[in-house]
Amino acid sequence: MSFSGLLWQLFAIVLALALAPLLTGWVNQCRAWMQNRSAPPLLQPYYMLHKLFLKDVVLAHGASHLFRFAPFVVFGCMVLACAIIPTLSTDLPLAPAADTIALVGVFGLARIFISLAAMDIGTSFGSLGGRREMLVGFLAEPALLMVIFTTAMISQSTSVATIVETLAHRDFIIYPSMAFAGIAFTFVSFAENARVPVDNPATHLELTMIHEAMILEYSGRHLALIEWAAGLKLYAYSCLGLALFFPWGIAEGDSMFGLLLAIPVLVAKLAIGGALLAGIESVNAKVRIFRAPEFLGTAFLFAVLGLLVRLLLETRV
Amino acid sequence: MPALLPIDVLLIAACAWLALGFAGLAAPRNLFFISKILFPLGAAVGVLCGLTSLRFLGESAQVAVLAIGLPDLPFHLRLDNLTAVFVLLLGFASAGISVFAAGYFRKGEGAAPGLMCLQYHLFLASMLLVLLADDAYAFMVAWECMALSSFFLVTTDHRHAEIRRAGYLYLLIAHIGAISILLSFGVMTAGSGDYSFAGMRAQALSPFWASAAFLLALAGFGAKAGLLPVHVWLPEAHPAAPSPVSAMMSGVMLKTAIYGLLRVSFDLLGTPLWWWGVVAMSIGLATAVFGVLYSTVQSDMKRLLAYSSIENIGLLAVALGLTLIFHAYRMEALAALAMTALLYHCLAHAGFKSLLFLCTGSVLHATRERSLGKLGGLIHRMPWVAWLALAGVIASAGLPPLSGFVSEWLLLQAFLFSPGLPHPWLNMVVPVAAAVVALVAALAGFAMVKFYGIIFLGQMREEALKDAHDAGPWEKAGLVWLAGLTLALGVLPSAVIGYIDAATRQLLGAGLADKVREHGWWMLAPISPERASYEPLIFLATIAAAVLLGRQLVHRLYHGRLRRSAAWDCGYVFQGPRAQDTAEGFSQPIRRIFEPMFRMERHFPTIRDERPYYSVKVEDHLWHWLYLPLARLANGVSALITRLQGGRIAIYLLYSFLTLIVLLLVARP
Repeated sequence: MSFSGLLWQLFAIVLALALAPLLTGWVNQCRAWMQNRSAPPLLQPYYMLHKLFLKDVVLAHGASHLFRFAPFVVFGCMVLACAIIPTLSTDLPLAPAADTIALVGVFGLARIFISLAAMDIGTSFGSLGGRREMLVGFLAEPALLMVIFTTAMISQSTSVATIVETLAHRDFIIYPSMAFAGIAFTFVSFAENARVPVDNPATHLELTMIHEAMILEYSGRHLALIEWAAGLKLYAYSCLGLALFFPWGIAEGDSMFGLLLAIPVLVAKLAIGGALLAGIESVNAKVRIFRAPEFLGTAFLFAVLGLLVRLLLETRV
Repeated sequence: MPALLPIDVLLIAACAWLALGFAGLAAPRNLFFISKILFPLGAAVGVLCGLTSLRFLGESAQVAVLAIGLPDLPFHLRLDNLTAVFVLLLGFASAGISVFAAGYFRKGEGAAPGLMCLQYHLFLASMLLVLLADDAYAFMVAWECMALSSFFLVTTDHRHAEIRRAGYLYLLIAHIGAISILLSFGVMTAGSGDYSFAGMRAQALSPFWASAAFLLALAGFGAKAGLLPVHVWLPEAHPAAPSPVSAMMSGVMLKTAIYGLLRVSFDLLGTPLWWWGVVAMSIGLATAVFGVLYSTVQSDMKRLLAYSSIENIGLLAVALGLTLIFHAYRMEALAALAMTALLYHCLAHAGFKSLLFLCTGSVLHATRERSLGKLGGLIHRMPWVAWLALAGVIASAGLPPLSGFVSEWLLLQAFLFSPGLPHPWLNMVVPVAAAVVALVAALAGFAMVKFYGIIFLGQMREEALKDAHDAGPWEKAGLVWLAGLTLALGVLPSAVIGYIDAATRQLLGAGLADKVREHGWWMLAPISPERASYEPLIFLATIAAAVLLGRQLVHRLYHGRLRRSAAWDCGYVFQGPRAQDTAEGFSQPIRRIFEPMFRMERHFPTIRDERPYYSVKVEDHLWHWLYLPLARLANGVSALITRLQGGRIAIYLLYSFLTLIVLLLVARP
């Protein structure tokens, strides 16, 4: 672990913190364009965060310490996730701290805390949101793990860095298993990031919301941290998807040139990914909550199919 | 004076537990003497056991012969590494539970404290003897003592009919299991008449008889562990018992059954056949899915935990199956990986499940309420219990950085290697089983959020909860000890694997410790760091750093102002406790998605109801499909047999006479 490696690790984290709201803003802007609305400024999420940080926290009477503690934990989990996923380089010092399975665990930890916090005040919407979040979570998590299993079997490793290096170095062949895994991963990331077919980030219609229902009681800096963490989660998922399915352009080792080149490549990939996300969101409608299991069940099926295809067709190639 | 061997220390510990138990009878009504002196001493003995086995691990086996028992058939005892791992578990888990129990038992609850003390320490001593036994006779005696003492502990509160029923069911299944174990031992002696384990190891059984012995052992130990379909006693007996007893049964006693399975399948039987692993894994998967689904829909907090124990036992059986499969194909390094996951999960489960059961005990004492529908908001009244329970909940949900995650991680890593199996279809089916394990782990998170959120968070659902009090100092100490174990198992996996590796090495001839030790104590990389690595301490430190730094920065750059107000709740005025999710409401999505898995009786209100109400009752399909028909069959058969017993002496004399004639006819030379 070199000093420059540590610096680059810090830089990757700071970059994640800085880019995450921008990505959210970009997706919102694209969505507005596609839906023929006038778009909010690109930097709108930063203004929001600044405004929320300035405001007082208004805490409900029944709130416990867990409620005040949870936003920080969720934020910390997302920072860790962004630090582990190779955004710029595969050779950063925090990469061996957690492999892909532990990464799923980080998301799970954040989910448990936010759901518990939602139940803490004891309002009807809070517990409704918490329950639905856990529902989406337990459906999405196995699918995500199966996607990871498929990639791990191709690269003989669960370490994110090794997976990315292996996938980036092989010849450009479209593996059918990776195609299935990619579809499953897209489905899962929509669900996990509270995006349209499962949840709507822009809604405040009480009966349909999941993520918003959980954070109804939050305000001020707590809300800011949760919003920021949500942005980080979208960023983490996008980077994970890019790293697994489009791993080209991520630096290996810590040469200055490779790392500097990785930044514009990452930004370009995120911009395209964000626009696609907005596009998919715009042509879909939010489904009823009890259609969400079908949606995620399909994702799970695709993921297992990917795994089976890998085992049946590709192992002897 | 010759130095005491570890096995002697353990024997002394067993005797000390027995002595403590009988000391309780000296003053059966003196609560102070029993709870504040005898139970803490019992905890000290537990710590002694744990430390002894920690020191022992890695050494070669020691034997002892006790001159008690039948003539010509003394008790053979043996301490080897497999035993030591489970003694470690027994010692450390029971220490926490005993300390908790010191503060738990009150006046006027169930049986006399002295009697409880006797049963409790007899239970501990017999579990220790089960682990140490080296012949079938000693094993069965200890096993039966364990079953009986735990039966009396379960029925402590015997004035309630349902508790007596639960105890009866437990005893019945325990004995059916014991018969099966006995038969398994009988098969393994292969008619040689040598009932010592050494004699069984020396027998080379044919595949048929070896399989018979394995299946009998699986059935027998499965009945004790709660594998499908002999799990029904578990959700009845655990809630019926006092909480320290439930903790002991779930955390420790179930593991003695796992110990028995390991002993039989890896030590006594020699080389396993590959399909044993498939059987164990299929039963394990079914058990795990069943357990976790039912745990999500429970409305009684201890039943919820009991079903969660079934789930964990299922996962242990999956790990056992995977180990057997790898071992059968001589892939010892991978078998060692799966076995480490298995042993690790035993330790982890003993820690977090005991912790959670004890937390329910504290809640039960503070509120006299077991039903989730009448709890809520206890984090305000019982902060110690609530925060310590959170550790158990996170571990139980299999999330990093606590203990449950490490074993799950190891198990999934082992699954990732299964495509390398040299078998045409096994190498495709087994990886897909990992999907089921992943589903179970995710559902466990759902169950645990329900458990924690409904008991400790939200508004109090009953007025009486306002008077709830936090746990006393003894109870807190016990909980802190177990939470500390959970944390230590979570963040120091390499050190723990360094200890339990001796058992893996003994059973499989291969271990993980060398690989693990190559890369620093903070890193867990069972194969190689390129392949997979996990550094829980750095993981935890990064999150902690982000939390602290984030908080500092926000407070420094902006402000830390905070004011209190009523909850917003989208502006709804009615915000009473009844607006929250009930236990039934929380699990409604599960009931809906997995509807065929449950046998439900529901009552929906209609608009014409005078007093509309909603009720749902979830029952076990197997109870109706398997147990009730079996019970009817047993009743029918005994009704037939009753006809033989007319109650008239003349008839009985006639039977004797007929028997005599038949015997004379048969026995004629």
